Amino acid sequence: MKLVRIKAMAIKETLQVWRDPFSLLIALLMPLMQMLLLGYGLSLDIKHLPVCVYDREASQDSQALLKRFQASVYFNIVEGADNYRDIATSLDRGICVLAVVIPPDFTERLNDSGVSTVQAIVDATDTNTANIAMGYAQAVVGGFSTDAQISATDARGRPLQFIQPVDVESRVWFNETLESRDFIIPGVIALIMALVGAQLTSLTVSREWERGTMELLVSTPVSPMEVMFGKLAPYFLIGLLDAAFCLVFGVFWFDVPFRGTVSTLFVATSLFLVVILGIGYLISVKIKSQVGAAQIGLLVTLLPTALLSGYTFPIDQMPPPVQAITYLVFARYYVTALKALFLKGSGILDLAPQLLAMAAYAAVIAFLASRAFRKNLD
Amino acid sequence: MFDRIWRIVIKEFIELKRDKWARFRLIVPPLVQMLVFGYAATFEVYHVSTVVLDRDQTQESRELLSRFSFTDRFTIVETASTDAQIAHAIDRSDAAVALVIHPGFSNLLRKGQTAPFQVIVDGTNSNTALIALGYVNLIAGQYSADYAADLVRRGLAGANAKPVTVNLETRPWYNPDLNGRWFFVPGVVGSLTLMLVVSLTASAIVREREVGTLEQLMVSPIRPYELILGKTVPFFLVGLAEVALVAVFGTVWFRVPFFGDPLILLMGTVLFLLSTLGLGILISTVCKTQQQAFASNFFVLNPMFTLSGFAFPISSMPVILQWLTYLDPLRYYLVVIRGTFIKGVGLDALWPDMLGMAALGAGLLGISILRFRKSLD
Repeated sequence: MKLVRIKAMAIKETLQVWRDPFSLLIALLMPLMQMLLLGYGLSLDIKHLPVCVYDREASQDSQALLKRFQASVYFNIVEGADNYRDIATSLDRGICVLAVVIPPDFTERLNDSGVSTVQAIVDATDTNTANIAMGYAQAVVGGFSTDAQISATDARGRPLQFIQPVDVESRVWFNETLESRDFIIPGVIALIMALVGAQLTSLTVSREWERGTMELLVSTPVSPMEVMFGKLAPYFLIGLLDAAFCLVFGVFWFDVPFRGTVSTLFVATSLFLVVILGIGYLISVKIKSQVGAAQIGLLVTLLPTALLSGYTFPIDQMPPPVQAITYLVFARYYVTALKALFLKGSGILDLAPQLLAMAAYAAVIAFLASRAFRKNLD
Repeated sequence: MFDRIWRIVIKEFIELKRDKWARFRLIVPPLVQMLVFGYAATFEVYHVSTVVLDRDQTQESRELLSRFSFTDRFTIVETASTDAQIAHAIDRSDAAVALVIHPGFSNLLRKGQTAPFQVIVDGTNSNTALIALGYVNLIAGQYSADYAADLVRRGLAGANAKPVTVNLETRPWYNPDLNGRWFFVPGVVGSLTLMLVVSLTASAIVREREVGTLEQLMVSPIRPYELILGKTVPFFLVGLAEVALVAVFGTVWFRVPFFGDPLILLMGTVLFLLSTLGLGILISTVCKTQQQAFASNFFVLNPMFTLSGFAFPISSMPVILQWLTYLDPLRYYLVVIRGTFIKGVGLDALWPDMLGMAALGAGLLGISILRFRKSLD
């Protein structure tokens, strides 16, 4: 291996990227676009959920309860219904997601037996939103219930004794405000790395075939190893640049906390890039058409990174066989490391298992990639 | 005229038949994606790994904690004896929830006073954390209410104590068991159809231009609109077959019910396919090479997928993005496909979305045909 040949190869490849608008678009514009789109678009924070109310009592108490729904940032009362049919229509048409029904004997029961029940009908088509909406509705009614207890009086007008045996004091660690953005953005970096790295490298060798420059390349004294290093070096740098961009953008634009160290992020990103670039290169060598290579590249890198890495969908909720498969998905380790670095501030030792797994992966892929390119024209 | 269109249609099908790669792409990746999505896409919260620290060690504290081990929402993976162990378990992600009962818990309870119950949640995954917190509150609240009722019944809560509570009875409609697959599987059908039909249409036309056969077609007596019809009809039929394949496979494999009217779903699918075909032709007029057409995946289809409400509710997006979603045909189709599968609603509920798709389809097809004709001149 001669450094000068690797350098020549790297310069050629850099110029090729620089002069190809399509590659440039993927390398530079794609990260920005994905960051904005996913950063803003992938939100699970539920606010101002449309609510329809059916107040069958229309008393002071029932109005007070509904006011609490209106006052909550999570709900927005959009409609008052007069019967169950209206509620069904609103839910069917998606006008509201939650319908609160107050029974006609709401206050009466509260005064007599002390227990009253309010009904919440929720559109469970979107199960996650439904789950969260029910949680918030429980909290609103719970608050009303506590206040009703505090202000309740007995028959002679004396205040009742307040009984609330258990009080839940909850504390959230690592993401105190439960912003879904803080949990999505670190994973988006992995997605962008996979997208840019695999797309650019999967074209690198197939392009030589399609443009007929493979003959030229084979006739030069460059060795297969030199081809690999020379071709991948520019993409490695582009990948690191994109990672740096994502980090800066995530922290300063989206206000995601970064509690780890940049050097650990650098180590993890480098390992991940070696795997991604190696896979892209392997595909590129094996599949001689650019479109075919790009498509296969998409299927092997992007799909597992998007679905099986835990970047949005939690791995521990998947069925056990699928969980087992995720151990083979290299992106899983990178996403875990990213989330820990951003939110938990984990050090390099805490992340040793993830880094070692990626290193092992990188070694295997690099070995395969180094043997893939053969200097012949078949 | 029909004869010439028919010939183009036959030509397209022969091309499809001889293109092994295209046939593979039409069948294998969609089914694989359906499986992966169906199994992986879930926001459900079950068996949350939980660590408990009981420093009171009384009947009351054990009773409260045992309620957490009896639900399938939580799985107690560790019993800690110090605060440091709790911190360690959460730092290392061994547990996502920690339940801590301090000494004196039962004393306070027996005196009729309020006792704190400490809960620590790992917020790294904000969604899981939020839902898990909801369940903690529900279980602890139930225990609290039961205990209050018990105190009053035994006359231990003081002379004028009476628990006053307002309960919330929640009733999830359309999907009573809150099965996430019912939400995701129909969504996957729509998303896959968009990706496949658009990229297939675009790449077929671009390939013809790249290979140079488009010029041959132009010198034949065929008229531009006949050519466009002849080229789109096959993809329309392929798209319909694709929806049928993925929908049947997904619903049978994942046991998702179909409550609605198949004719309404068919109507929505036809309208949706108009938009996807228009989009495919439009992309083919902008892109010069198959490579560029493929890149449109990232710049057009990916945003459409993200903005469709497939997994992330549109109502949670910033207002500007919400406006953009009205230009996304998949947004409407997901409402229709979920409406027919899960809600079983009819045209009276779905007409706005049908209208939206019809307008978008007409617009996209119109612009794309104009551009396509221009590119032929």
